[in-house]
Amino acid sequence: MEMTIYLTVDGEPRTATVDTRVTLLDLLRERLGATAPKKGCDHGQCGSCTVLLDGRRVTTCLAFAVQHDGAEITTAAGLGTAGKPHPVQRAFLDHDGFQCGYCTPGQICSAVGMLTELDAGWPSHATPDVAARPERTADEIRERMSGNLCRCGAYMNIVAAIEEAAG
Amino acid sequence: MTITTLREIGADHERRDGPAKVTGTAPYAAEHPFADAVYGHPVQASVARGLITSIDTVAAASVAGVLTVLTHENAERLASADDRELWVLQSPDVSFRGQFVALVVADSPEAAREAAELVGIGYDEYEHDVVLRADHPEFYTPEQVNPSFPADTQQGDPGAALTTAAVSVDATYTTPAYHNNPMEPHTTVARWDPATGHLTLHDSTQSVHQVRDTLAPLFGLATGQVSVIAPHVGGGFGSKGPPHAHDVLACLAARAVPGRDVKLPLTRQMLFSVAGYRTPTIQRVQLGAQADGTLVAITHDVWEQTSRIKEFAEQTAVSTRMMYASPTRRTTHRLVALDVPVPSWMRAPGENPGMYAGECAMDELAIAVGMDPVELRIRNEPRTDPETGRPFSSRNLVACLRAGADRFGWASRDHVPSPKPGPDGLLRGTGVAASTYPVNRMPGSEAVIEVLPDGRFAVRIGAVDIGTGTWTALAQVAADALAVSLDHIELQIGDTSLPHASVAGGSSGITTWGTAVWEAARALISTHGHLPAAGAGATGRAGANDAQQRYAMHAFGAQFVAVEVDQDTGEIRVPRSLGIFAAGRIVNPRTARSQFLGGMTMGLSTALWEHSTIDPVTGHYVNHDLAEYHIATCADIRGLEVGWIEEDDPHVNPMGTKGIGEIGIVGTAAAVANAVHNATGVRIRDLPITADKLLDAGL
Repeated sequence: MEMTIYLTVDGEPRTATVDTRVTLLDLLRERLGATAPKKGCDHGQCGSCTVLLDGRRVTTCLAFAVQHDGAEITTAAGLGTAGKPHPVQRAFLDHDGFQCGYCTPGQICSAVGMLTELDAGWPSHATPDVAARPERTADEIRERMSGNLCRCGAYMNIVAAIEEAAG
Repeated sequence: MTITTLREIGADHERRDGPAKVTGTAPYAAEHPFADAVYGHPVQASVARGLITSIDTVAAASVAGVLTVLTHENAERLASADDRELWVLQSPDVSFRGQFVALVVADSPEAAREAAELVGIGYDEYEHDVVLRADHPEFYTPEQVNPSFPADTQQGDPGAALTTAAVSVDATYTTPAYHNNPMEPHTTVARWDPATGHLTLHDSTQSVHQVRDTLAPLFGLATGQVSVIAPHVGGGFGSKGPPHAHDVLACLAARAVPGRDVKLPLTRQMLFSVAGYRTPTIQRVQLGAQADGTLVAITHDVWEQTSRIKEFAEQTAVSTRMMYASPTRRTTHRLVALDVPVPSWMRAPGENPGMYAGECAMDELAIAVGMDPVELRIRNEPRTDPETGRPFSSRNLVACLRAGADRFGWASRDHVPSPKPGPDGLLRGTGVAASTYPVNRMPGSEAVIEVLPDGRFAVRIGAVDIGTGTWTALAQVAADALAVSLDHIELQIGDTSLPHASVAGGSSGITTWGTAVWEAARALISTHGHLPAAGAGATGRAGANDAQQRYAMHAFGAQFVAVEVDQDTGEIRVPRSLGIFAAGRIVNPRTARSQFLGGMTMGLSTALWEHSTIDPVTGHYVNHDLAEYHIATCADIRGLEVGWIEEDDPHVNPMGTKGIGEIGIVGTAAAVANAVHNATGVRIRDLPITADKLLDAGL
């Protein structure tokens, strides 16, 4: 079964007629040529496919494309460009927050979404008092970024980068 | 001859591929612009040993969009059966669970996957044996261990020395199977163009030339008929070193649907059976010493597994041959071939498991003697390589231990292992271990430098950047070799159309490729002077290093780890780790620090979380995904620090580099194990050190 859906991907309106089994990740990568989100596990276990979907971080391998008709999607390629990177991308460069780079677009989208969640007051496992406003501490960042795996082991630099970008 | 003017080597540079990577625009294997791509999805054997007796592809072939279903009954015959791992779809034999037994090619990933599940395969299932055990009757001595070390060595009579030693340690350590799990699953995109007779692969590999040189003869092709392209690779850690079965599978598919790009991305789950892994090991270490800690005997006996179809003999005891002085010594390796997936390289094969056992045993000896374990290591520092008698080209283990101890605050450590509760009830302790890794130079690398019309230099070599920083560091080497600034270098790597390059493995990249680039620069300057005209070019080769016949060449390090252990739950946390390394000249401190940190992070993961569990009944790695195979997460890692000792080693290569991709992981697990023992009084000799083992041992 196929359906036609309309999306905005990195600011561009896109139309796709897709099999209802197609994940949002496969739609982006295989049909729309948007390969900034990566496929690392296809099971929502690694975070490499993370994008911002209507402003929130989402693992696109766990989302069916047809569930998101009308969605606005921002990938790492839409956050910034090589010449004009997003502040989080700039901080990843400054702190060498990656090696092979495969998890990196997901890490960066996740970091941007995570900071929004923190600012909205969402608590985490690392929040000392869940009734109080959480702060942008390294412990909070580490906890909230643990859905994004990095096998090169860049976590120390990822946390430093996000701390700097968080100000 | 070495580089004398260091301007770019040693300078902190942002990764040149960084902007593309942080914006997600660096293309990995599956992400190049392919027109009209089709998709492969493999079928894997569901028995650990057996014979395929029937194959039903009717239902699979009838799925809309399916182009072909390949099995051993219809796949192209390969030209050579020498490498049975690569002898894919050639016979009905099943030698391990998860082996490829069919492949569906379809015009969408969904159709390929649906059809793959509909392929019906009947088996005669045979008894299998997938469990490594110390009393296995079929252990044998391999001819050599990876890559070409003798399986056994003996100096003097360690047995006799042990019986008269004032103090001795006799302990057996075990390590589980580990899987590399790079973030980019192994992916090959293959295209066969019958009109030109050319096979083109976009591959996620650590060596484009090794893939080409291995696959071309399998398909009866000349190497010039095969291209392999890999500008960016999402990690490898050894598992993308040699080509694996999926590379062959992708080519079989491409030849079956000519003119189409066949995308074959493996799933995360498939990697656990077809992309290599670290063998489990059983290691017995005996140390004998005088009352002052001076070693009189060292033995290190290793039992490990290989597969039935291909031997891989991990060189687990090799580091014991050169680490410490002792008048007597024995090292042995025994293998047993089981009905298991083919083991292969994983970050520091040999050194990683071997130094875990050896450095735990040294800690146990320090306690038995009543010495500071740092001082025990320094007491047994050899003046020359214990195995060959050659001097070390440079050896700064003692400097690493001293600098690390000073920075870590080691002087105040209580060396007696016992439960040490703090005010919060957590048990705290610290541990130390040494690291080492050899300086490897691979054969067969060549670089070409050409002066471009704008006066910059094109530096061409088929090297690969798997996250190590090659795009940046090798350009820095070229800049200093040519005595120009980094912005004058246009590095071209990751393609077999470039000069032949060795694998990005064995921490050999900069040593080998850098030497080739350096030689090309020398040739260019000697032929064309320091201001060569546009179009001038020269070639350089990384030949054998004669100095390796005169010197032992190794990098060293010392790792210090603090742990906190919850007395009630047995949970272990690592609030602080420090690694000090002496690994030759550091080309780019920014990317080098990342490599050391990354190695230590994977080392903590080795020590505390990772293990692959095989089901003896089915021969299946049951925890075959990232939810159940636990690698370090962001929340696990804090307080990692890295430092290094400046070395100026004139013997290793023109740059004075030793290779840093692997040494960071070596010794970390021992330092953790020693810290846990120090904190709790409980010695766990079986990795990973998990809460249940601590509680079972009486914590």
